[in-house]
Amino acid sequence: MKTFNYHAPKDVNEASKLASVNSVFLAGGMTSIPSIKLGLASYKDVINIKHIKKLSGIKVAGKSLIIGSTTKHAEVASSKDVQKEIPSLAKLAGRIGDAQVRNRGTIGGSISNNDPSACYPSACMALNAIIHTNEREIEASNFFIGMFETALKKNEIVEAVEFQIPEKSNYQKHPNPASRYAIVGVYLAKYKDKVNVAVTGAKSCVYIDSDLSKKLSSNFSTSAIEGIKLDSSEMNSDIHASAEYRANLVMTYAKKAVEAC
Amino acid sequence: MASLVGSRVERKEDKRFLTGKGKYTADINIANQTYAVFVRSPHARAKIQKIDLSRALRASGVVSILTGDEIAKDKIGGLIAGWAIRSEDGTEMKIPANPPLAKEHANFVGEPIVVVIAESLDEAKAAAELVSVDYKVLKGVVNTAEAMNGETIHEGIDKNLCFDWLLGDRKAVEQAFAKADKIIKVDLINNRLVPNAMEPRACVTDYNTASEEITLYTTSQNPHLSRLIMSAFGGVAPENKLRVVAPDVGGGFGSKINVYNEEIVCSWASKKIERPIKWVAERTESFLTDTHGRDHVTHAELAVTNDGKFLGFKNETIANLGAYARVFGTVTPTYLFGPCATGVYVIPAAYTNVKAVYTNTAPVDAYRGAGRPEATYTIERLVEKAAMELGIDKTELRMRNFPKQFPFKQTLVHTVDSGDYGAGLEKAKKMSDYDGFQARRKKSEASGKLRGIGVSSYFEACGIAPSAAVMSLGCGVGLWESAEVRFNPTGQISVYTGSHSHGQGHDTTFAQIAADELGVAMENIDVVHGDTNKGTFGMGTYGSRSLTVGGVAIVNACRKIIAKGKKVAAKMLEVSENEIDFKNGEFVALKSNKKKTIGEIAFALYLPGSRDSDFKSQLPEGMEPGLIETAFFDPANFSFPAGTHICEVEIDPETGEVKVEKYTAVDDFGRIVNPNIVEGQVHGGIAQGIGQALYENAQYDETGQLITASYMDYTMPRADNFPEFNLGFTCTLATTNPLGVKGCGEAGAIASPPAVMNAVIDALGGQEITMPATAEKVWRACKSLKKSNYKAA
Ligand SMILES: Cc1cc2nc3c(=O)[nH]c(=O)nc-3n(C[C@H](O)[C@H](O)[C@H](O)COP(=O)(O)OP(=O)(O)OC[C@H]3O[C@@H](n4cnc5c(N)ncnc54)[C@H](O)[C@@H]3O)c2cc1C
Repeated sequence: MKTFNYHAPKDVNEASKLASVNSVFLAGGMTSIPSIKLGLASYKDVINIKHIKKLSGIKVAGKSLIIGSTTKHAEVASSKDVQKEIPSLAKLAGRIGDAQVRNRGTIGGSISNNDPSACYPSACMALNAIIHTNEREIEASNFFIGMFETALKKNEIVEAVEFQIPEKSNYQKHPNPASRYAIVGVYLAKYKDKVNVAVTGAKSCVYIDSDLSKKLSSNFSTSAIEGIKLDSSEMNSDIHASAEYRANLVMTYAKKAVEAC
Repeated sequence: MASLVGSRVERKEDKRFLTGKGKYTADINIANQTYAVFVRSPHARAKIQKIDLSRALRASGVVSILTGDEIAKDKIGGLIAGWAIRSEDGTEMKIPANPPLAKEHANFVGEPIVVVIAESLDEAKAAAELVSVDYKVLKGVVNTAEAMNGETIHEGIDKNLCFDWLLGDRKAVEQAFAKADKIIKVDLINNRLVPNAMEPRACVTDYNTASEEITLYTTSQNPHLSRLIMSAFGGVAPENKLRVVAPDVGGGFGSKINVYNEEIVCSWASKKIERPIKWVAERTESFLTDTHGRDHVTHAELAVTNDGKFLGFKNETIANLGAYARVFGTVTPTYLFGPCATGVYVIPAAYTNVKAVYTNTAPVDAYRGAGRPEATYTIERLVEKAAMELGIDKTELRMRNFPKQFPFKQTLVHTVDSGDYGAGLEKAKKMSDYDGFQARRKKSEASGKLRGIGVSSYFEACGIAPSAAVMSLGCGVGLWESAEVRFNPTGQISVYTGSHSHGQGHDTTFAQIAADELGVAMENIDVVHGDTNKGTFGMGTYGSRSLTVGGVAIVNACRKIIAKGKKVAAKMLEVSENEIDFKNGEFVALKSNKKKTIGEIAFALYLPGSRDSDFKSQLPEGMEPGLIETAFFDPANFSFPAGTHICEVEIDPETGEVKVEKYTAVDDFGRIVNPNIVEGQVHGGIAQGIGQALYENAQYDETGQLITASYMDYTMPRADNFPEFNLGFTCTLATTNPLGVKGCGEAGAIASPPAVMNAVIDALGGQEITMPATAEKVWRACKSLKKSNYKAA
């Protein structure tokens, strides 16, 4: 394996100072370590942020559920607070990858990596999340920019993700049978005045399907979206699923999500 | 003493495996060892124009870098095909040279070209990146069906055709077809699979400059065979100067039968550099270079009468060998495939024609079931389709064509000694509640789902041995098995076997057998295998042969021990030999009821003049001391397990996802030595078969890149893909071995793919789809179902 300098800072400032174009933050390591091992990436500095206490934990504040960035998927899945306030989010976390991945992978790592087939980005989009970093607050809709691309700057560290607690919500996932990432994932959140349908896996980056969201906002039933023909021209096509199939999955799971709410 | 054979003894080896005390090849480290990394072809087909080592040789830690030129200079031979197949026109099969390091041409992605040996793994890897190979990239041949039309891969091998083989009688088949009421036809693809043993291949080689012996620790299913091949064909070292040790091996499924390039290269190089060398495959290397399985394209036809009688069978198959023919590469799609393709049925006329082709893909060889899953898939798809087209219940149609008598002279090659196919089918129907299926289908339909049921009745020929038979079919060696039973003076026993355990549990089953034969406690018995310096020769483990051939050799060796012991007991008890009975570990004088335990006899045989005997020998005159016996067993026939598997699936037509709802397997393995272990074998086989049917697929793109070379893209089935397996057994004893046992290692993988696919296709109202039945494929089939307004009957 390639050599690198390893750092384990105790606070966010120090971690941020250590960062450069040649560094990586080590959270769960579920993406960064395989990338190094397979030679897809090499770094001068690996900055472990798991020792920074304030980055981990779950709390409820008013209408918000706040999850620290180094909180593991398994912790979110089993949290009483999450199960009570946003049960679909606990379920999402509980179906990420496999047990090993859930016991190491973190929410901060997941959204910072912004894999087009990751689950959490869809939750952030549907649940009007605010991403708190050491520098600013970023709305989810401004955070996920493109494939593996976010609004984060080199030295910026995600500290926590603040979700707006919905009336109802549901997450439907069609897992890739090999990796168990989402081939398509549909996150539906219903608020008093608005319904958000966020889709992951289908395109190069997570997105809100405005057509589905609008129709469901005015009439929250499967009949409202019956017969909608989604445009599959920008959807991914690979050995696991064609664009046409992905479009079908988005519709199918959107309906299933409505039914489940 | 209660019999151990037949009881659920816990696996002795599990303590070692589950507590991390197993010792695998990668766990072996030898002082002063170096590390090997192979530079592999990134191209499916290329001419190697120039290799520049200059930068790599200057890299830190490099000990040596060797190429195909050097290995050729040292006259080290290449990899071999172990089985000679003749074409229908009488010509010999065409085999290309397969040097351990490619010299002029690279023929598949991953083929080794250069070995870099360094002081550390990191240094070896870094230096390997500095090796520069100048390739002239050529157009590769990838597609199985199209291979004969592609550019010639190996000089002199026209149409990339290794052989065009026929088994059976075309004329008789044509005549039978002329009499048929209906001809049922299928076009099938038997998808290519990566074996995916949990432990990647590895080797550690150690050349001793004083004894001039090479020791090769390796991940092999058959260390003796590896030594033989490396000596006789590779010229690496004479057999007495080459020790091959296969310690704990974490699964093989056929992929560890072959001697591979890396083992030959590292053994040879260790002698050259006079230092030990370690090589451990990374998972990507396993995907690219372990021999793959299956990869057939088949057109088959079954001639039937309106009342469901089978008259004739045709099978035209193209089998992909990959870039080179390996040890079982040529027999797998011929004699392991053709004879079984007529299945468990009386079919008066049949033939199988196989064209084996070379392509620029990883070599294809035996993978769990080897040829027999492909055969069973062919016939069982045909039979199921025939039932649909004839409107006869699928189990009834099978019943009508089962043989009524055993021995059953099967159409093409085999005479099956024993079986009762009807009993297996009846039991499977009962256990799966076959008759209640329509009610379950209605229930599924009420919730918008499709439900299907599929049956697969199989037999297979395994226990690969009868030397006379396999040699007459072209095998390069006889395939018997040997055993040696050694008593220590104080009564513990070492059982040496030529079989090899890489997960099968021989430490347990072989000890059970020997303990029963010798009437001693299992704890007193150690099973020793996997080291050419220990015990006699052996042919290894594959083709479900360990128990039926290797296990029987142990029985025979034990019986020789008892025969010798009887002579000594007679002398000690002062009676004649025929007045001695051997029971429960004791030699008993029938009249006086005086006894000697087998332990006492062993003691006497090693220390004949001890204090107990007033220092006078207790041995009959002229008897050699010691208690060690060897047996070689060469059975009279193959072993023929059989059974019926029934699978039920439910499909969500909106997503196309297939869920295996119920799986019932009823198998006849003759006498069962350890139900625990047999059930484990059946479970594993079914898991791999469901994997083939629904998930697994080794896909190359048109340029010959393996695009499913990691677990992110190659779907291994997992526990949550399966229902609880419902297992049952019937028993007709094998008549060709004293234990009455039949092979059980591959049956699950042989029977299950057609059971699953028949269920999927049943749910789809007969619409055919190819394996693996992935969600998208099934979704597309469901869409066209809706269009045709089909309602599952
Ligand atoms: C086999 C497998 C299956 C998976 N399946 C799924 C799935 O089904 N659904 C799903 O959503 N995900 C899945 N994942 C992804 C996984 O859940 C992790 O979320 C993901 O790998 C990254 O998280 P991590 O904590 O391991 O981050 P790391 O690998 O440690 O880091 C990843 C990247 O994020 C950056 N980073 C990490 N933390 C921060 C931070 N606080 N601030 C700024 N940058 C940061 C790092 O610099 C690095 O570039 C799977 C992963 C694997 C290996």
